[in-house]
Amino acid sequence: MPDLGVDLGPVWLTLKLAGLVAVILVALATPLAWWLAHTRVRARPVIEAVTALPLVLPPTVLGFYILVLFAPDTALGGLWVRATGTTLTFSFTGLVLASMLYSLPFAVQPLQAAFEAVGRAPLEAAATLGAGPRDAFFSVAAPMALRGYLTALVLSFAHTVGEFGVVLMVGGNIPGKTRVLSIAIYEHVETLDYAGAQTLSAGLLVFSFVVLLAVYTLNRRAPGRALR
Amino acid sequence: MSLSFDIALCFPDFALQVAAELPARGLTVLFGPSGSGKSSLLRVLAGLERGAEGRVSFGGEIWQDGRRFLPPHRRGVGYVFQDARLFPHLDVQGNLDYAVRRARGRGARPDPDVVGAALGLGPLMRRQVAQLSGGQRQRVAIARALLSCPRVLLMDEPLSALDAAARAEILPHIEALRDAAGVPILYVTHSAEELARLADRVMILRDGCVRREGPLAEVLSDPDAIPALGVREAGAVLPATLSAHTGDGLSVLSISGGELVLPRVEADPGARLRVRIHAHEVIVARRRPSALSALNILPATVTQVRLGEGPGAAVQLRLGEDLILARITRRSALALGLAPGVDCYAIVKSVAVAQGDVGGFSGE
Repeated sequence: MPDLGVDLGPVWLTLKLAGLVAVILVALATPLAWWLAHTRVRARPVIEAVTALPLVLPPTVLGFYILVLFAPDTALGGLWVRATGTTLTFSFTGLVLASMLYSLPFAVQPLQAAFEAVGRAPLEAAATLGAGPRDAFFSVAAPMALRGYLTALVLSFAHTVGEFGVVLMVGGNIPGKTRVLSIAIYEHVETLDYAGAQTLSAGLLVFSFVVLLAVYTLNRRAPGRALR
Repeated sequence: MSLSFDIALCFPDFALQVAAELPARGLTVLFGPSGSGKSSLLRVLAGLERGAEGRVSFGGEIWQDGRRFLPPHRRGVGYVFQDARLFPHLDVQGNLDYAVRRARGRGARPDPDVVGAALGLGPLMRRQVAQLSGGQRQRVAIARALLSCPRVLLMDEPLSALDAAARAEILPHIEALRDAAGVPILYVTHSAEELARLADRVMILRDGCVRREGPLAEVLSDPDAIPALGVREAGAVLPATLSAHTGDGLSVLSISGGELVLPRVEADPGARLRVRIHAHEVIVARRRPSALSALNILPATVTQVRLGEGPGAAVQLRLGEDLILARITRRSALALGLAPGVDCYAIVKSVAVAQGDVGGFSGE
């Protein structure tokens, strides 16, 4: 690894955070997106609006509420402290949870759109061929929604890489634990180390472009129905 | 093992209410105009429509009643959808394997190679679904349904989305299926041609209710069933055997009431066929006409006369052991003095021929 004159710790921390968040979030968002795609419940718009909130809320507002939620004197924060001996706030785990909330719509919406595009028809066909609901999901719905999964993974990954406000509110700036790329860049600028900020920013820019390019290229080749 | 049901399903603008029992084998056509509830009934039987009230059972097994509901994947029905519904992420072989892997072992499983060959899928196996024509898709869908080892095969207008060429390509496969499959088939269509060619029994559905039900030949030769079938489509279907081909390009078919001479029929002597005689293709004469271009003049006896509300009349004639219908004017019916028991001649102008026996008559 050549010496770029900057601490690359935040880079690895960011990749780890974004990777974890993307994988866990897409797994957890699947049932929610499935439900939203198929339910006829009247409360559906309410749930959809709540899910989309992170899209419009300033990250500082979201971060503030998460900070309040994670504080050791609340039910959730207190439970965490009793169970693990550490606080959720200003920890990597807290950051993962906060990022999942922050990136939620970026996983749910592509999946929901993909499931809606798949529709009920192929699932009915699978059922008449003897596939139970779980079987039909894994053998028909998920493969047909492959593009939705790719999009959801990439968008939640990229969105987590780019977060700043929520991290600052919930995680702070602890090297090796919560100092992610965006915070490190901010720190370089604050300390007038423009060269360091330049290196990391340019790296992030190129990385983001390459990942998105790869995904759009893959997406074009992926089998199954088009998303949206 | 037969499928019996007594179900009701309400929609905002229409209600379906049907009770019937399907025979344990043979093909029953569910016939009616669009919007009569045919497809809904099929969906209820498959368990795809949860809102239905009533009872569905197969043999001794209850599929649904007031409290129980057996989900579709446990019913063991094969379903051929109008739009094929092949899985686009799998190729043809993958679609067939999907069914084979989930087939529940009941008796002899069909051999995938035999089914594939019977439906002419050999060269298509490695094709992507998107590359198939409409007719090919539907053949794959039929094979897939068969390979799932169904106890009942439900076919929902499998030909209606296809052009005439593709329909002609698939019809013989369905005829073969009807004659070979050991499972009852319920086939939805609004095409009188498919009804005449495929059905052993028919159930006519109108506005969510069964209007008429019975063996094909009986229903199609019943003057009272004409309104439910549609005047242009009315006509009897009778069993025939090909007796010979003539030197001048014709074929001779024997029916219970004599012989029919037709333009060359592509079948071997001895083949069992079903012939369809449209009611409007039959002329009735009291005396045997001479010096007439028609080849088929058969002695018959009037069994029923039904005067319509308009200028028309339907006459049911006995031809040997079979019944046919003639659609003539009310004026002619009165002028000829047609009444039950009157002897006459039926002049048959044209006949449609299809492969296979007419249900209920086949060698029994």
